[in-house]
Amino acid sequence: MVLSAADKTNVKGIFTKIGGHGDDYGAETLDRMFTVYPQTKTYFPHFDVSHGSAQIKAHGKKVVAALVEAVNHIDDIAGALSKLSDLHAHKLRVDPANFKLLGQCFLVVVGIHHPAALTPEVHASLDKFLCAVSTVLTAKYR
Amino acid sequence: MVHWTAEEKQLIASVWSKVNVEECGAEALARLLIVYPWTQRFFSSFGNLSSPTAILGNPKVRAHGRKVLTSFGEAVKNLDNIKATFSKLSELHCEKLHVDPENFRLLGDILIIVLASHFARDFTPACQFAWQKLVNVVAHALARKYH
Repeated sequence: MVLSAADKTNVKGIFTKIGGHGDDYGAETLDRMFTVYPQTKTYFPHFDVSHGSAQIKAHGKKVVAALVEAVNHIDDIAGALSKLSDLHAHKLRVDPANFKLLGQCFLVVVGIHHPAALTPEVHASLDKFLCAVSTVLTAKYR
Repeated sequence: MVHWTAEEKQLIASVWSKVNVEECGAEALARLLIVYPWTQRFFSSFGNLSSPTAILGNPKVRAHGRKVLTSFGEAVKNLDNIKATFSKLSELHCEKLHVDPENFRLLGDILIIVLASHFARDFTPACQFAWQKLVNVVAHALARKYH
């Protein structure tokens, strides 16, 4: 999955729109993921996964911060997320199928809050970007 | 048989009652063709699909999107009998159309995003759960007669 120049522009644009709401969107993304795909909770037995929990808020903030980091280094996502990639490969070992589920929920949240900005072209670019991030995070799995 | 709670049925019906099938269907199909361009392989007779603008304005895409979502409405009307409702359509998609069932899952996910964009906060997590369940059941029913 190669991000074109247009893709990069679209992704940067949508994240600029997201602006300071990233933390909230991160929490909402996780909350939806746990609700819509209950199997994802198996990776968080130590969490309070109830709606609005402090842990979901904190973790959502971390997840979006990582996405922002990837956006800010969109020409070298592998470099920017190298440590996170190690973490997912050796410690977290989240099954690769789950990254799609998180991505789907993130797209839903962006669609809810910025319907006009999530044009089909931006939707395509953002989906590609999330795939690229997933690929990097699972690159060292085996 | 799929078990639907009363709440799930209510959430599905409530959203569906407000859906503009023509607009939503057209948008969902267009987004499928734009976001996952390889899905265009099934629509070589549709004319100009060369750009997102072309796809969004293509009358055949609009018409077919409407047709697909109208058919989806049959599932909403027959929640307790989705397998039978789509039995013939499943055979058609296998034997005549040769559509990989993965495409049903892709379209289902796109539909969820289109609904979220239209309904915003009204598309609550519980709503998303019910609709994700529905699109999964429809995809499964459409794949069921494959051989």
